[in-house]
Amino acid sequence: MTPEEIHDHLLDRFGGDVVTGLVQSDESDPKSPVIYDPAQSMIGASAIADVAMFCRDDDALRLDALMCLSALDRGAHLSVVYNLHSMAHGHVAALRVDVPRTAAVVPSVERVWTTASWHEREAHDLMGIAFSGHSDLRPLILPEGWEGYPLRKDYEAQEYYRGMKVPF
Amino acid sequence: MTHPIEAFAARLRTTLAQTTETLELGGRWPEAIPLEGLIAIMLVLLAAVSVALIAVVPIVLVLMERKISAYFQDRLGPTRVGPWGVLVTLADGIKLLFKEDLIPPQADKMLFRLAPYVVFGSSFAVVAVLPPFRSTVIGNLQLGLFIYLAVSSLVVLGIIMAGWSSNSKYSLFGALRGAAQMVSYEIPLGLAALMIVMTAGTLNMQHLVMDQVGGIHRWYMFRNPFLFIGAGIYFISSIAEVNRTPFDLPEAESEIVAGFHTEYSGLRFAYFFLAEYANVFVVSGICVALFMGGWSSPIPGFQALPGIVWFVGKVLVLVFVMMWIRWTVPRVRVDQLMAVCWKYLLPISFVNIVGTGVVVLLEREGWGAELPIGIGHMMWIAVPVVLLVLGLLAFSGTAPVRPRPTTVGR
Amino acid sequence: MAEPATRALRTDTMVLSMGPQHPSTHGVLRLELMTDGEVVQDAIPHIGYLHRNFEKYAENLTYPQIIPYTDRMDYIAAMNNELGFVLTVEKLLGRGPRPVEVPEKAEYIRVIVCELNRIASHLLAFGTYGLDIGAFTPFLYAFRDRETILELFEELSGARLLYNYIRVGGVARDFPPEFHHRLRRFLDYFAPQVDVYDTLLSNNKIFLERTTGIGVLGVDDCIQNGWTGPNIRGAGLAWDLRKEEPYSIYDRFDFAIPVGKNGDCWDRYMVRMNEMRESVKIARQALDQMEERGLLEDENFTANVRGTLRPPAGEIYMRTETPRGDLGYYIHSDGSDRPARVKVRSPCFTALSALRDMSRGLLIADVVAIIGSIDIVMGEIDR
Repeated sequence: MTPEEIHDHLLDRFGGDVVTGLVQSDESDPKSPVIYDPAQSMIGASAIADVAMFCRDDDALRLDALMCLSALDRGAHLSVVYNLHSMAHGHVAALRVDVPRTAAVVPSVERVWTTASWHEREAHDLMGIAFSGHSDLRPLILPEGWEGYPLRKDYEAQEYYRGMKVPF
Repeated sequence: MTHPIEAFAARLRTTLAQTTETLELGGRWPEAIPLEGLIAIMLVLLAAVSVALIAVVPIVLVLMERKISAYFQDRLGPTRVGPWGVLVTLADGIKLLFKEDLIPPQADKMLFRLAPYVVFGSSFAVVAVLPPFRSTVIGNLQLGLFIYLAVSSLVVLGIIMAGWSSNSKYSLFGALRGAAQMVSYEIPLGLAALMIVMTAGTLNMQHLVMDQVGGIHRWYMFRNPFLFIGAGIYFISSIAEVNRTPFDLPEAESEIVAGFHTEYSGLRFAYFFLAEYANVFVVSGICVALFMGGWSSPIPGFQALPGIVWFVGKVLVLVFVMMWIRWTVPRVRVDQLMAVCWKYLLPISFVNIVGTGVVVLLEREGWGAELPIGIGHMMWIAVPVVLLVLGLLAFSGTAPVRPRPTTVGR
Repeated sequence: MAEPATRALRTDTMVLSMGPQHPSTHGVLRLELMTDGEVVQDAIPHIGYLHRNFEKYAENLTYPQIIPYTDRMDYIAAMNNELGFVLTVEKLLGRGPRPVEVPEKAEYIRVIVCELNRIASHLLAFGTYGLDIGAFTPFLYAFRDRETILELFEELSGARLLYNYIRVGGVARDFPPEFHHRLRRFLDYFAPQVDVYDTLLSNNKIFLERTTGIGVLGVDDCIQNGWTGPNIRGAGLAWDLRKEEPYSIYDRFDFAIPVGKNGDCWDRYMVRMNEMRESVKIARQALDQMEERGLLEDENFTANVRGTLRPPAGEIYMRTETPRGDLGYYIHSDGSDRPARVKVRSPCFTALSALRDMSRGLLIADVVAIIGSIDIVMGEIDR
C-alpha cells in the first residue's frame, strides 16, 4: 500500500474528525515543488494512540515498526511525525500530529511500540512536547533540571546551570 | 630432642674444629664468640638475601609475560628500556615508587594499609618450602606441604581486607568473588596434594622430590593415571588460586574495573602486583615439586646439569603454559567458575583419591612385585577408559558447539 | 532477644553505578545497576554524557557543512553516516528543479568505502567484544587489520577516523594512483582472516558458554523495540536495507544476508563476523565492475555541484544500512540553503533502550556481554 492508500484506509476507519488531512507533495510548479516523502496523514492529537494501535494491529496495515519519531518546530505549531514501517507487508506510512506551541501535549504511543519510549523522552527533552501516559518522562539526554527546550527555534540557553556558566 | 639451631651449632662446631685444626689454629674455636648468636645473624642475613633473590622472580616474570603476550598478539612488546626491553619492569617499579600514594577518604585506613603486606607476605613466605636444590637452603620442614597450604590461604584474607577497606563497590565485588573462588578451589587443590601425600607417605617437600629422582618415569605425575589427572586438577586449581584468566574474576577488568585493588595506587599496588607473580612462581614450583620431579633430571642417568636448572626450567615451562592460557581464552562467568569447581573438579578428585588409595594399597600388599614395572604403571592401560569416562562427564549437560548461523540470501 | 534468623540475615539491594567511566560501557554510558549479590535486578541506562545537539547544529549550517558533523555521530563508521545524509539530500534535490546526477564512478567508490568501513566497524565490535568477555588477544588482531583499512582511508581522504569524504554529488577525491591494487591486496588478505578470528574466539568453548542463551530477544520483541541491523538479523529476520530498499547501486551486487537463529549474544556477534565476509564480497565485486566498465581511468568522480545547494521545500525521511542498523535522516527543508530541522534516527539509541528489559535477573558479567553484543557507539546515541 502506498502512504496515500493507507491514509484512505485510516480515513475509512476513523472518519474526518480524527484523520484531518493528507500532507503530500505538490509538484505542479516545477520551479518550486514541495516534497513530502512519505506523505503524512494528519491525525488529531487526542486520537493518536488509538490510531497507532489500529495501524499496528490492523491486518491490512500491520505497521509493526516505528522507524522514527521526530518532533518538529513549525512556528505556531509543534508537530510529531511518526514514520512507520511494516515488516510484514513492506510498506511505509507517516502519521503527523500538530499541537499548539503553548499546550504541547500528545498521548504517548509507548504501549503501541516499545521503542517509542525513548524517542518520546528525547522529544520531551529537546522539543518540550509532553507525552501524556508515558511511564517515565525523566530527562534522558539533558541534565536534570535543565531549563528550556534546545531544539525549539526560540530557544536561548540559560545563563547558569547549577552555578556553572553555560554559554562559554 | 635438641633445638635445630643447637644441633646445627654443634655440627658447625665440629666442622670448625676440624678446619681450625687443618689451619693450625690450635684446634679450637675461640669460646668468646657466641656461636649461636652468630648463627642467628647468619640466618637473618640468609633470609634477607633469599627474599631479595626471590623478589627478582616476579620482575622477571612480568617481563616474560609482557614479551610473551606481545608475541602472541603480533606485536613487539617493550623494546625501549635496556636491550630487548629487559629493564622495563625496573622502570615500571621506579615509576610506581614515585606515584602518589592515594588512600580513599572513606577507606578503613588501617586495613587498607595492611592488606598489601598480608598478600605480599603470605605469597613470599611460602617460597621457604620450595625445594629448588638437592640441599635445601631455606626450610627443610617436615610439614612443608602443609605449611604451603596453610600459609597460601592467607592471601585470601589480604584480598578481603583490601576489598572491604577500600569502601568501593567494585572492590567489594572483587573481594567477595576472590574469597568465594579461592576458598572453593583450595579443596580440589588440597585433594590433589593429598594424593601425593598418600603415595609418598610424607609431607616433607625434599623427601617428595627424593622419591621422584631417577628419570621421568619416576615422576608422580606418571606413576599412575590417577596422579596424572591429579596433576591436571592441581594445575587448574592453581590457576584459579592465583586469579589468572580464565579465572581472573576478582580483578575482571571488563566487569568490575580492577576488582579488589581498584583503589590502590603506587607502591601499594606494586605489592599486589608483585605478589601475583610471586604466587604464579610458587604454585608452579609446588606443582613441579609434587608432580614433576622437582630438581631431579628427567633423563635417567643424566646428571650433568645442576638441580636448580631443572627446577627453574620446569617452573618456567608451567609459567609459560599459564601465560599461554591467559592470552588465549576468555573469562568464565562467576556461576560457571563455581560449577567447574564443585561439579567437575571435586567429584573427579574424589574418584582419584579412591583410585590412588587402591594403587597404594596394592603396592603395599606387594602386588605386581614380580612384574618389571610397578602396578601404577600398569594402570596406564586403563587411561583410555578413564579418559573416555571423563570426557563423557565433562561434555554431558553442556551445549555442543553450535554451527555458524546459516546464511539466507533474499 | 532471640530474633528469627531470617530477620537477622536480611539482605539489601546495592546500587552499583557502572560508568560513565568504565572499561566496558563502550564510551560514556552510565548504568544504574540494582544488584542483589551478583544478580542484576534492574539496569537503568543513563545517556547524554556525549550530547552535543547535532540536530541544532544542523539547523545553522548549510547542507555540505553538515557532512563533517555526521561523521562525529557514529565515529566508528563515519563513511556510512555520510552516505546516509548525502543520499537523503540528493533524494530531496532530485525532486527539485536542479537534480544532482551522481557519476557512476562515485557510486562505486561510495559502495567500496562504505563496505570497508563496515568491515572496520565490525572488526572493532569483534575486538572489543573479546575484551568484554575477557579475551585480550582478539582485540589486537582486530586492530591490526582495522589499521590497514584506516591507512587506505587516509590515503583516500586524508583522515583516519572522520573523513568528510562522501559529498553531495559524488566523493571528495578520486582514487589515488595504484590505490585499487592496494585495496585488492587487502581484500585478498582479509577474506581468510575472518576464519582465523573464528578459530581464535567464535568457537571457543568458554566464549560459547558465556554468550549462548544470554540476552535473547526474539524477532517480535526486536521489532517492538525498533531493533535493526545485525541485532535483528541475529534473531533470525533477514532484514537488510541493502536488499529491501536498495539504495545507491547495491542492487548490482550479489551478496547474502547472514542471520542468526536464537537472537542471543552469540548470534548477534556471529552475524557481524559473517557480514565481514559479505562485505569483502561486495567490495570485490565493486572493484571488478569498475574495472570492467573502465571506471578506474574515468576521472569523473563528482557531479558538477555549483553554487549553493537549495533543496526544494518539504520533508523527507530516508534510511540506510549502517553497520549498526537502520540510520534514518528526517530532513525538513524550507527551501533555503539550511535545513529547518534534521532528525537522526539512531540504531544504537533504539538498541540501548531495550537493555533494561533484557538484563533483569542476569549476572553483572551477562550485562557486559549484552552491551557488547548490541555494539553501541555513544556518539550516535547522544548525538
